[in-house]
This record gives sequence, C-alpha cells and structure tokens, in this order.
Amino acid sequence: MNDYRVLPGPEHFLPPAAASMGIRLPNPGEAHINGVIAPEEKAYEEAARQFLMAKVPTIFPGPLVLWAWNEKAAKKATAIRHLYNTLKECVHPSQTPMLIPMPDYRPKYPKINPEVEINPNHPNLTIWHNKIDCCMFVGVHCHQANLSLKIIRGGTSCYTIAMCAQAGHEDAMLSFRDASVEKIMKLADWVRKLKGTVQPRLTSAKSGASN
Amino acid sequence: MADTHSVIGTKNKKGQTYTDTWKMMNEAPRTPSFFTGSEVIKEAVRRASCDVMIAYPITPQSEAAALIGELFAEGYIGDYFRGESEFAVMSQCAGAAFGGARVFTTTAGPGTMRAMENFPMWAGARLPIQMIVTCRGINSPLSIQPDTLEIAYLLNTGMLVWHAETAQDFFDWILKGYMVSEEPDVHLPLALCCDGFFVTHTKDVVNLTPADMCLPPYDPYRSPVPCMDMECPPVRMMRDPFVMKSNYISYATHASWQQEIWAAIERSRKHSIKWLNGLIDAENADADILIVASGTAVSQGREAIRLLEDEGIRCGLVKVKTLRPWPEEEIREATKNAKHIFVPEFNVTGWLAKEIKATIPNHQRVHAGPHVCGGMTMPPEIIVQEIKTALGMKAFSLAGRGS
Repeated sequence: MNDYRVLPGPEHFLPPAAASMGIRLPNPGEAHINGVIAPEEKAYEEAARQFLMAKVPTIFPGPLVLWAWNEKAAKKATAIRHLYNTLKECVHPSQTPMLIPMPDYRPKYPKINPEVEINPNHPNLTIWHNKIDCCMFVGVHCHQANLSLKIIRGGTSCYTIAMCAQAGHEDAMLSFRDASVEKIMKLADWVRKLKGTVQPRLTSAKSGASN
Repeated sequence: MADTHSVIGTKNKKGQTYTDTWKMMNEAPRTPSFFTGSEVIKEAVRRASCDVMIAYPITPQSEAAALIGELFAEGYIGDYFRGESEFAVMSQCAGAAFGGARVFTTTAGPGTMRAMENFPMWAGARLPIQMIVTCRGINSPLSIQPDTLEIAYLLNTGMLVWHAETAQDFFDWILKGYMVSEEPDVHLPLALCCDGFFVTHTKDVVNLTPADMCLPPYDPYRSPVPCMDMECPPVRMMRDPFVMKSNYISYATHASWQQEIWAAIERSRKHSIKWLNGLIDAENADADILIVASGTAVSQGREAIRLLEDEGIRCGLVKVKTLRPWPEEEIREATKNAKHIFVPEFNVTGWLAKEIKATIPNHQRVHAGPHVCGGMTMPPEIIVQEIKTALGMKAFSLAGRGS
C-alpha cells in the first residue's frame, strides 16, 4: 500500500512527480482525490466543496479551450464560463472567484502580469499575487499541466483540481479525466447543490505569505 | 482533424482496413509465415499506418531500412528518405514527429551511439517515435554481431525500452508499441531492441495478422504538448528562457520537466501490462534456482533449463520484457523464493544483473553471468556450467573441448 498522498503544499524545494511516488491515474468513470482512486461522483462533490471553501476559487482555462479551434472547444468554453458564473452566484461576499487564462506556454521574462494570466513555467507568481487557495486547470495540454501542478504543489498551499480531457493528472490534488461539456456542467450543478452548506475559510492561502 | 475512432472500419489508400488494435492483435486470424527478423519488421510496419520512415541504410546489422523502402515504393508509408548520418536521421525523425506524424526508424550499434543526443531530446519533447535497435557491438574493433551493450546507454534517456526475445515478439511489439507510446499520459519514444543477427538474420515461423488490416492512424491532437509550436517549449528550446536564465524558477521548471518524463514512463506500466500481458513472464518461479534474462538470452536460458532438468535440477525462468518501465515489483515478487539467481547476458558489463541487484533484497543471490560479448554465441551449456559451478557441482567446461 502506497502511503504517499497528493496534498496542498508547500511540499518541498523540488517535490517529486506523484507518478514516481506510486500514484496511479484513474480509469474511465473514476477520478482521484489526493492520489486515491475515487468514484467520479465523489470527486464532483469534493471539488465543489473545495471551491466553496476557498477565499479565492479560481479557474485557469488553457489554450485548448480559450481558442475556438473547433466546435467542441467553443462549447467547453461556454460551459467553463457557466461554472465561473455559478461560482460567483454561490459564494459568500467575502470570497472572490476568479477566471484567469493560461493563453499559451511561452516563457515570458522578466515576468508575466499575474493579474491577467498564468504561465506554466512560473505559475506560483499568479497564485501568490492573487492569494489563490483553490484552482482548477482545464484545457491545458497535459505535459504543461503536470509541470505547473507540481510547481504549485512544491511552493504554495493552493488546492489544485484538474479537469483533464485525457487520462487525468496525478500531480493535482483532485483530478477528473475525459473532461467534457457535460462534466463541467455537472460540476457547476454540484456547486449550486452545495451552496450555503460549506463554511468558507476565514483566512486566505498561506502561500503568498510563506513563499 | 484526425479522429482515431471514427476511421475504424474504413480503408486506407492501399485498401487496408483501419482496425481496432486490440481486435487486430488478439482476435484476428494469424497466418504462420517463415521470415527473417528483418522481413518481420517490414511486415509489422506494413500494418502500422506509419506516416514517415527515415533511414540511414548503411548499417549491415539489419535489412529492415531497405525493406521498408520497398514498402514506401508500394505505397504503404507516407514518406521515406535517407539522412546523412544517424544523427541526422534521428533529428529528422524529431521534426516529423513534431509535425504530428507517426514515425518509424531503425538503428544499431555505433549508429545508436552517434545519434544519442537525440534520444533524451525526443523524450523531453514527448515524441512517440518508434526506433528499432538491432543490437550489435559498439566498441572498436567494430562488430556486426550481436552485443547488447548499447541498451545500457538507452536506459537513462527517458525513452521506453523493450527487449524482444523472438521475431514473434518483434512483430507484435512493433504494433503494440505504438499503442503504448502514443497514449497521451505516456507519449514517449520507444526503443524496441532485439539481439541483432540472431533475430534479424535468422528465419523463424511468425504468426502474422492479416495484411489487409492496419492500425488506426496516430492522432496528434491527443499529444500532451502542442504540435510544432515554434513559440513554445519544447520546440522553442534554446533561444531564450527558461533554459537560458539563471534563476530558481527556470531551474525548477526544467527539473519539473525532467520529472514529468520519468512520471510518463511510470504511467506506461499500466498500458504495457495490458498490451504485453505483463512486464515479465515467469515460469516455475518457485524453484530455488532462477534464470532472469532479456532478449535471446531468455531462449538460451530456456534451453539450459531443459538440460538441467535432464540431470534432475529444477530451475525457473523469468523473461524481462520491458527495461523501461523497469518491472521492479514483478521481479521482486518472482525472485522472492530463489536462493540463486543467474543473469546470462550478451554484453561485457552485465547491466541487467546490476539492475536486478539494485531491485531485490539479498542481492548476493545474484550471479552476474555467464557473459558473452563481441558477437559470441551463448551455448546453453555454459549457463548450465555457471549454475552447476555455483552450486558446487562438477561441471564440464566447453572451453576444454577439442583440447
């Protein structure tokens, strides 16, 4: 039995890839929560709960859904906007949902503008600047998503969720696989369902302060 | 846009039917054929829906590159050309794969070494290129006979590395290899190795899938990195950050990138187990004496076991199919009861024995040998001799023959 768990950090100067610690990806119909395989239904509930607990729940849409390169991408983008609007409707006034794009993967120096974007090569700048304590990746190419998720786990205390269109991400604290419009809408339904039942955190992410 | 599933049941320009790979490999009728290993490579590629094959055709180790040229002439391959050197070939393979093509190439021996810089680059760029390695000697004086030393150099490139025992393995694994290496959570190059000459030049009966069935095409839109984006890593490799900056986050990004490659190898376990029916095969693993081997050393080990049985000595066999991913848990489990573990190898350094010693408890149980190299054969009698000598039994030496 593998006892490694994928938990909010800051974990390490250079945290390991969760796959190298024995964490396995879910099969179709499953998800993982903290590296433990779970029924997808449970993951919807947990993801919605994490969003509703967070001071700054944030969605990071990547290039696969930001650009209307096919009909499916456009529909997913609409679903993501719906999820964001649902979040805004369902949180307490003290919470600040955000929608910050990852438009591309170009390394940008001297640095990105963390108020308007996130970059996979230094994602923590955006997390720290906006005091994001829960985020969801969607529409990010898998390699770039894993890269970012691991860096975030290493240096921040942000809870990470992956809504992956392929096989999922071990380096997120919670990961769906085979993401579709229906799954994004279902997550929005769960956020609405749990509205008012989840106590928001009183403090924001310690990530900015500690790192 | 390519959609793998939507083309199943349709025909390509050669009249082959794109077929669900699981059905093609496990349910379709097989035809026994008497072929050399090189011809078997050609027949596998005929069914692999390859877009591009790039060749450096001087290698005398295998005729595969030339035979696949014939496939191109027949219209089974999208494009086919020669590189100026092995290094050029592997670089051109990268270009084709960056562009979203299913790519195939072959190499061996010194050519593998010359092209070495490209292999970690392929892995880092998540390019699911398939490279056949028909192992031969790499050192001076040169040899075109089998010697598996080059595999040792491939083990830390970030590629998947499989070691076929027979031509049948080779046929099946070329086709199955694409299924594993093109999975989006893996998406790594595969070095599919065999012992040159023994597998490539000798004839064997190989059960082939129907020639009118072929793999579904590669779908580059499932890649974990964007296709050929000149503005982004990995294509944008050297001209600016993050590789050229000296700060923590640049290093952290690069480190995380490397970790992701090895994570992808870990993820390939699940798919490799499915397609290869396990990362190892074990026979009589409860025996006190075990032979653990890969490649044609497995065949020689099997024959040695038959000779030992004639003398009333029971010996088990573990065939290691994948070297990356390394079947750590499987080997630990298969060897847990063994008192003596023998690792016959066709190379001078004994890299497989070192890997096994690093894997199992009580590694003094491992006898690293016998070794042959430089193209020598490994008669099963020398494995028997190694085992009997270690057990304190009287053994005849082949070296004494004819004296």
